[in-house]
Amino acid sequence: MTVTAVRKDPHKLTMTIEAEFDAAPERVWQLWADPRQLERWWGPPNYPATVTQHNLAPGGRVEYGMIGPQGDRHRGYWEILETEAPHRLVFCDGVVKADGAPNTDMLLATTRVTIEEVDVGRTRMSIESRFPSAEAMEWVLATGTDEGRTRAVGQIDAILAEQTIQR
Amino acid sequence: MPVVAPTAIADFDRMFGALADQTRRDIVRRAISAEEGIVELASHYPISFAAVQKHIAILERAGLVTKERVGRRKVVRTNLERLRVVRHLLDEYEELWRGRIDRMADLIADTKEHDQ
Repeated sequence: MTVTAVRKDPHKLTMTIEAEFDAAPERVWQLWADPRQLERWWGPPNYPATVTQHNLAPGGRVEYGMIGPQGDRHRGYWEILETEAPHRLVFCDGVVKADGAPNTDMLLATTRVTIEEVDVGRTRMSIESRFPSAEAMEWVLATGTDEGRTRAVGQIDAILAEQTIQR
Repeated sequence: MPVVAPTAIADFDRMFGALADQTRRDIVRRAISAEEGIVELASHYPISFAAVQKHIAILERAGLVTKERVGRRKVVRTNLERLRVVRHLLDEYEELWRGRIDRMADLIADTKEHDQ
């Protein structure tokens, strides 16, 4: 089992997933630091990804595109906040609008990647994602479905909070 | 994305479309606990009765509220089961990352074979 733990907090809209690999931290870091490797795991197999820009220095950007089975195109980017090779990477996820400009109103999630050696040749990677809203979460999950769906998404945080109080 | 079951997509469409409007979100909130009919609900909003009726119809189609007969009147009630669908989003997000981590493990295994 590669995935060793998953923690979800529906109220804070966070999820942490931990995995362990039989590899050194430097090897696991390469999955993020090498754009050709990143292309091979970021999107699902039927959504081939192409990384067009890749600069992991703080303030740098990663830009990528994906093409879905119906020829649908999706573009997104990361804004790098913190980098400490091979142990730490923090970035914000964003989407690119139809005209190619980054949609700066819409940051989807902040992702914190932590990579640490737990034993010789054994590395733990922890990924914590924090969403600003359920709407943003839905955007991320909507990749590969029609755009109309993502546009119709509403703010549902308040309803969820209300529902919890009722229980 | 394959993480969303295809049958659920049309449902999601309607549901999120219905929740995209502030008045409709407010109706859903009120109808969780309040036992109000359309007339009472309409009194909370500075819009026409017909407009409120339209909003409720949209919510009904999305499965977010139901109209139930209580004695001589019809009460609008929120369908909590439906709202719970929203919570599945985090589960789907987990699946997305599990897929990514599987592909990462495959990549690492590939390079190991190359090295040998």
